[in-house]
Amino acid sequence: MLKTKGSKYDWVTIFIYIALVAIGWINIYSASFNEASTSFFDVKQVYTKQLMFICLSVLLIIFILAIEAKFYERFSSIIYLIALFSLLGLFLFGKNINGATSWYAVGGFTIQPSEFAKVATSLALAKYVSDIQIDLLTYEDQIKSLIIIILPAILIIPQPDPGSALVYLALIFPLYREGLHVMYLLFGFIVAALFVATLSLGTVWVSLLILLIAGIIIFKTKKKSIFKYGILAIACIGFSISVNFIFDNVLEQRHRDRFNIVLGKQVDTKSIGYNTNQSEIAIGSGGWTGKGWLQGTQTKGKFVPEQDTDYIFSTVGEEWGFLGSMGVVVLFLFLIIRLLILSERQKSQFSRIYGYSVASILFFHFFINIGMVSGLLPTIGIPLPFFSYGGSGLWGFTILLFIFIRLDASNYINH
Amino acid sequence: MRKYLFFFLVIITGLIISARLFYLQVLDTSSQISSQNNAVKKVFDYPQRGFIFDRNGELLVSNQPSYDVMVIPKNIDSLSSESINEFCELLKITEEKYNNILKKAKIYSPRLPSVVVSQFTKDEYAYLSEKMWKYKGFYIQKRSLRDYQVSNSANVFGYIAEVNKTIIEKKPYYQMGDLIGKAGVEMEYEDVLRGKKGVKHFQMDRFNREIGSYQEGVFDTIPVNGKDITLTIDSKLQEYGEKLLVNKRGGIVALEPSTGEILALISAPNYDPKLLVGRERSKNFTKLWYDTISRPLFDRVLQGEYPPGSPFKALTALIGMQEGIVHKDEKLICQGSYNYGGKKKLGCHLHKTPLNMSEGLANSCNTYFCKIYKRTLEKFSTPQEGIDNWKRHLTSFGLDNYIGYDLPPGKKGLIPSSEFYNRWYQYPKYKWYASATISNAIGQGEVILTPMQMVNFTAAIANRGWYYKPHIIKNINTIDSIPLKYTKRYKTTIEKKHFDAVIEGMFEVYNEGTAKNIQIPGIEICGKTGTAENYTKIDGKRVQLTDHSIFVAFAPKENPEIAIAVIIENGYWGSRWAGRIAGLMIEKYLKGEITRTDMENFILNGSLMEEYEKPYSGKPFKINY
Repeated sequence: MLKTKGSKYDWVTIFIYIALVAIGWINIYSASFNEASTSFFDVKQVYTKQLMFICLSVLLIIFILAIEAKFYERFSSIIYLIALFSLLGLFLFGKNINGATSWYAVGGFTIQPSEFAKVATSLALAKYVSDIQIDLLTYEDQIKSLIIIILPAILIIPQPDPGSALVYLALIFPLYREGLHVMYLLFGFIVAALFVATLSLGTVWVSLLILLIAGIIIFKTKKKSIFKYGILAIACIGFSISVNFIFDNVLEQRHRDRFNIVLGKQVDTKSIGYNTNQSEIAIGSGGWTGKGWLQGTQTKGKFVPEQDTDYIFSTVGEEWGFLGSMGVVVLFLFLIIRLLILSERQKSQFSRIYGYSVASILFFHFFINIGMVSGLLPTIGIPLPFFSYGGSGLWGFTILLFIFIRLDASNYINH
Repeated sequence: MRKYLFFFLVIITGLIISARLFYLQVLDTSSQISSQNNAVKKVFDYPQRGFIFDRNGELLVSNQPSYDVMVIPKNIDSLSSESINEFCELLKITEEKYNNILKKAKIYSPRLPSVVVSQFTKDEYAYLSEKMWKYKGFYIQKRSLRDYQVSNSANVFGYIAEVNKTIIEKKPYYQMGDLIGKAGVEMEYEDVLRGKKGVKHFQMDRFNREIGSYQEGVFDTIPVNGKDITLTIDSKLQEYGEKLLVNKRGGIVALEPSTGEILALISAPNYDPKLLVGRERSKNFTKLWYDTISRPLFDRVLQGEYPPGSPFKALTALIGMQEGIVHKDEKLICQGSYNYGGKKKLGCHLHKTPLNMSEGLANSCNTYFCKIYKRTLEKFSTPQEGIDNWKRHLTSFGLDNYIGYDLPPGKKGLIPSSEFYNRWYQYPKYKWYASATISNAIGQGEVILTPMQMVNFTAAIANRGWYYKPHIIKNINTIDSIPLKYTKRYKTTIEKKHFDAVIEGMFEVYNEGTAKNIQIPGIEICGKTGTAENYTKIDGKRVQLTDHSIFVAFAPKENPEIAIAVIIENGYWGSRWAGRIAGLMIEKYLKGEITRTDMENFILNGSLMEEYEKPYSGKPFKINY
């Protein structure tokens, strides 16, 4: 199948990328705007720095697109190893910023390797799973795939940066696409659902609910399945009982607080809940059309901490309102769906797995970040792709996306 | 399936997020308020409250600056017990009270200002303002307080007081610590006198520091000063009236009949308006409020409802003539009492007989008016129609009605209707006839009027059939106008030609009738005395007290300049107290000086305090002597 007309690069994706980066910068400008500084090219200003990062991204893009597509497949293992070593190196040479040792300091700049490790892991996973020998129905290959995913996460957790580590969970989706049993996804979903349900409703109600559901299933299906579903129900109840133990003993107080605030069990607008509360106020006060660019009172008064990084979406909500927020949400959804469609039409399995990984990682960041900023999810500090201030983040996501665009382009040429 | 699961997940997530944003941004508006509270600080600039002048341009009420210490609880830094101690000393309150005030302020709102201590004087302010920087979260708010130039007319002025939560909920203009007119002119003309406070908006940051003006000040406003007003009151007359009422309970109200302007409105006992200003205010107010025996806050002219007694006969006469059931020259016989059914008699006193209308009024003959009242009702086939027709005439004089004067609060009195008696007599189970309501003829029975209504019908008689609504506002100075309803004449249902006989009769009252003792050289007064029976309850038993002394009058007879109603509670004969006081007020107003000093001395030295103590003495007592 040969693409006959138009460019070999998928310009729809590229345009969405440009739009997101541009809108992101406009909002960073507002969030970091400072009436005292009148000079536009003041390199101390966050928005000026981000503009420089964006310019460097253009160079990166040209570089990525210039490289032969085969390179990424062939060198994926080496790239993965380099990423692991760069994460390991943090334990020796890392610089501590805001309590987390996630950065290398090179001259005046800092670089966060975990942002690039996502790319390396995606490449390695795609390479491993696309091997003709690999069958994801065997336990051995399941475990090996899992190790590829888990290894960088294990190195990131002690930085500590549990949010960034959590992102690697997203790579379960490409595995599922390539043949992993649905039970793994279902299992993950049930564990999460039971955890939240137990915390908000209590073990007794959850147990009754499980028994009710199990009863209905058994009644509707054959009598033979009593044993199977019975065991499952008991396991679920057992987990529900243990949730309280995990919650009270394994999790730290700050994690407990975050859950309690989202579940509405704890009302706290001063200390731990301050971010979420102020962010909700900022978004909520935007109304239909927002207060206008640079007119957000929450943004101007710097009421939302980290507003130019993790909480950048609250600026969008306040200054551009529901319509503006929906515009950004639709752009993200459109990008993710576009990536899925592109992935499905890849000839090579490597490209398809990699495309799925990119879509999954972007989806995970998008959902967790906006969920957190709008008070749907507990506070998990990960950036909004292309939007949040930060060079490593922007470059990491740019590389992640454009390698796929490069792979997609070669998809046609090779045939 | 494997191809589509992730796709569906993305769509569902998108919907969840959209729903969440829709709820936050569109459905739930509380964030808009929170964000205002958060990030925008309002600083208010209070304007001067309007001055109040009397009809002759004399300044009655002006302003003095006052300083309130306010607090915004969330801005307070924790203070050491030492500095709290010092602060309490500065504020002249105990530490316990200080803690109580802060607790209340926090409960009201941590973000909105509450008053800590109000109404410091200028000197106290000078001392305080030097130390305020030590106490973060506290600040001094300048306001303007009333400065009374006279010690009379408290009931007319009313008073201003701090708003409470209920008022703030209803009228969002106000916030804690703001002052609002709560009675009298201050309340009625609150919007005029108050002006409009100015407001400046500041953008705040999360450390609650001002970081500039909000939206370049497009929402900022400058304060608009309150408007000065001129009252219709004659301050000299008001002052004189209050002097006359010392040691009495009752009211005086005087109108200019040609305009409806209230010249004097006195209720006794009264109080000095200065009592309700300054740090002692709440103590003094409580004292006035709980004086349930002499009730100084109760305006007897507007809220006091009394049986009008004999002055009401003038109305009975007018209605009779209008209905055509009596001619002014028709002579009726009085046999010393009026027999209204079986052995029931309504007594009269000794006078010549038979009498025509003027003579009837001059001698205040009960029989004469009972007869024409009965005819008025019996002109119709049923007493119901008769009494409703009678009531129709009376309401055209402003009776059974608030009239529409500009002084809160008021009462509307009572003129009974057919419905009233049907209920009373359980009609149609029992029937009732005109004679059952006969006491109404002479202003007793079920008829109840406020002194304001008495003066209003007197003014309508003086004008021969019309009146302006009584009002206290002479001019709103800066806009040179008064409310439209006070520039409109209201006509009574009585034709002009019927008034002469009544006016003649009222003149005879003064000339040689029941009020001839108050004659003032050079002034022709038309008046009518009244002596109204009244009752109280002592230990649940209905006990009759000494009659109220009532007098209504206008003068001069031609081109009347003043109409007046006076009621002295338990003063007995109408001419004894009320008549004399009315005479003195009329002379004071028309001549500016008093020639009947004998009469003046009688009133100034007279006291009814002994009379008022009788029902509380716990001993049997005599009345009407």
